[in-house]
Amino acid sequence: MLSILTQPQFIASAISFSVILLLGTLGELLTERAGHLNLGVEGMMLLGGAIGYYAAVTTESLPLALIAACLGSGMGAFMYGFLTVTLRVNQNVTGLALTMFGMGLANAVGSKVAGTSTPVSIQAYFEYQPFHIKNPANELIAYIDRAFLSHDLYVYLTILLAIVMTIFLFRSREGLALRLTGENAAAADASGIKVTRIKYMYIVIGGMLCGLGGLYLPLVQQGSWTDTITAGQGWLVVALVIFVRWHPIKAIFGSFVFGALSILGYSVQLNTTLAKMPIFNQFIMSMFPYILTIIVLVITSARKKAWGGPAEIGHAYFREDR
Amino acid sequence: MFRITKRDKSSISDSLIFRSFGFAVGIILSMLLILLLGYNPIASIAALFDGAFGSLGGLRNTIKFAIPLATTALGLSIAFRMKFWNIGGEGQLLMGGTAAMFVSLIAGPNIPGWILIPSMLIAGIIGGAFWALIPGIFRIQLRTNETLFTLMMNYVALYLVKYLYHDLWRDRDPAKFNFPGIKMIQQQAVLPNVFGISVGIIVPLILAFLVYILIKRTKPGYEIRVVGESEPTANYAGMNVKRIMLGGVLLSGGIIGLAGAVKLAGETMTLTDNLTGGAGFTAIVIAWLANLSAPFILVVSFLVAGLEQGAQTMQLRLGVPAAVADIVKGLILMSFLGSEFFLRYRLVMTSVIGKNKRLHSQMKNHCDDPNVSDVSATRSAESDLTDDCAVRDEKAEVR
Repeated sequence: MLSILTQPQFIASAISFSVILLLGTLGELLTERAGHLNLGVEGMMLLGGAIGYYAAVTTESLPLALIAACLGSGMGAFMYGFLTVTLRVNQNVTGLALTMFGMGLANAVGSKVAGTSTPVSIQAYFEYQPFHIKNPANELIAYIDRAFLSHDLYVYLTILLAIVMTIFLFRSREGLALRLTGENAAAADASGIKVTRIKYMYIVIGGMLCGLGGLYLPLVQQGSWTDTITAGQGWLVVALVIFVRWHPIKAIFGSFVFGALSILGYSVQLNTTLAKMPIFNQFIMSMFPYILTIIVLVITSARKKAWGGPAEIGHAYFREDR
Repeated sequence: MFRITKRDKSSISDSLIFRSFGFAVGIILSMLLILLLGYNPIASIAALFDGAFGSLGGLRNTIKFAIPLATTALGLSIAFRMKFWNIGGEGQLLMGGTAAMFVSLIAGPNIPGWILIPSMLIAGIIGGAFWALIPGIFRIQLRTNETLFTLMMNYVALYLVKYLYHDLWRDRDPAKFNFPGIKMIQQQAVLPNVFGISVGIIVPLILAFLVYILIKRTKPGYEIRVVGESEPTANYAGMNVKRIMLGGVLLSGGIIGLAGAVKLAGETMTLTDNLTGGAGFTAIVIAWLANLSAPFILVVSFLVAGLEQGAQTMQLRLGVPAAVADIVKGLILMSFLGSEFFLRYRLVMTSVIGKNKRLHSQMKNHCDDPNVSDVSATRSAESDLTDDCAVRDEKAEVR
């Protein structure tokens, strides 16, 4: 078992798998910090993935693909924002409707480019590994290189984003305003923070990050579009945000753990003795992230003093409410 | 400029107007998107409605889709009445189906249908109730967030079913060439068809009646509503909130589990990880759109099921991908949801200048009132009053 976990290939693929989760988690984390639980992550990831990939295939330009992904998922997030912030519709229900819509639009757009693989010019961007060591001096460095340093820029930028987001959230005025909005929108409003503006802004930015995560799937990881390519990873993101207690730095490690758990089931299949034990069945292993999240939920609710996430989540803010 | 204020109550005609307006907006937005995707929007929407409601065969299929949707939404509505956000419909459906499948698997082929079918349905109820009970207990005892807990339970159930499907319950009959899958349910356990429609149709119809009576006409139903309105009030009135909530959660999960068992016995005939077809999530939106009212749930389920059936016709006739149905469904649901706003709030036109003038004249009358200013009141009282007026003037300007 341990031998599988410490294989550099395993760690490397867990990292590249976790990038998608991390981007989504950072996006959903921002949204939830603004006091909105957006259950449309799956839909937004698909929207970003399909529209971005469509742009990638038709224009063969990476920047345009990134912009298209942001626009696609940002549009979905904006719709969610309009309904929940301005029209004050129930957040859960709106998020689920967004997932339906996103899935439909993504599959319809994606079907136009299904069967085409990522253009070579774009693949080239992702073959560039900035920290890769060409001639490792010894075994240890070679191991570290293969596990942690042989990734494309997207991976490192995502990790950097998580660090920047932590500084933003906990060390800046804007971040404070965002957190206050999520904790107590009325108090934020009273202190002169433009609550509506903040909510819209971070819901849309959050959606865009989810979309960028979704784009990595067809563009890099699979190299082509298949229907509903995310296969439930959006829901894993919703779990992750709780698992990491709404904290971006913890999200780096949390998404690595979830990413590793998600692919462990497949890696174990190669080992014939382990594969026979039901606990190591790939489907049973796939349950673990969700069970872990449930355990975290229960533990924090049992500890009365523990912070259970932004207090405003699920409530529509209406200034005239008392 | 606009100002938003709450409405006291909206009439039924208002509700109808706004909802039909929402529906129209949804259809128009969908048509625009269909056009953008490069298909004929009018023909697509026409095929959608014709396929769903235009023929007997289509209508039958629509009803087939509506059965699990309506049953699940009815179950959810009970939990939602208590403000217990049961997002776990998917999981409870799957576990209901799993429990029913289990009974069919262990039952010998000699057990007659009139014993087997009820046992499967009861097993389904138990399976669904059990899956709702776990988050329910934690919600009641520790106030664990039930929205997220029930959501996670969906995926535990999904992977459990996948495990059964690919591994534990896999049918290893060599005739299946090692394809994964579980055996069909026993022949005698299949729900019979009447006029081409599974007899499962009576389940949501009877349940809608029972749920309606329960919520509107009985003491437990009243208690459920009070708990939903305000737990402290329920406590103060001497209600046992924990017991009521436990009952409500079990009932909600049980009904959804039953929906899973009915779908298994009446439609899919075997357990797959796609048993629900997303019904657990769609039903949440249905329950919400129907305002948690049992009769409306039947109507809305029928319409939403029509969208799903119509999409297949659309694909067959025009080659529009079935995914377009999800777009239409999502957009109509969202615009429906949006129209709710206009039932609860009112946009008031406010002209800034006119309002200030009105306020000013009110203030002036008050401050110039000879009874107030001429009466030789003490100096402090007088200054208080003028301060007060100044403050009000300032406020009026701000507005």
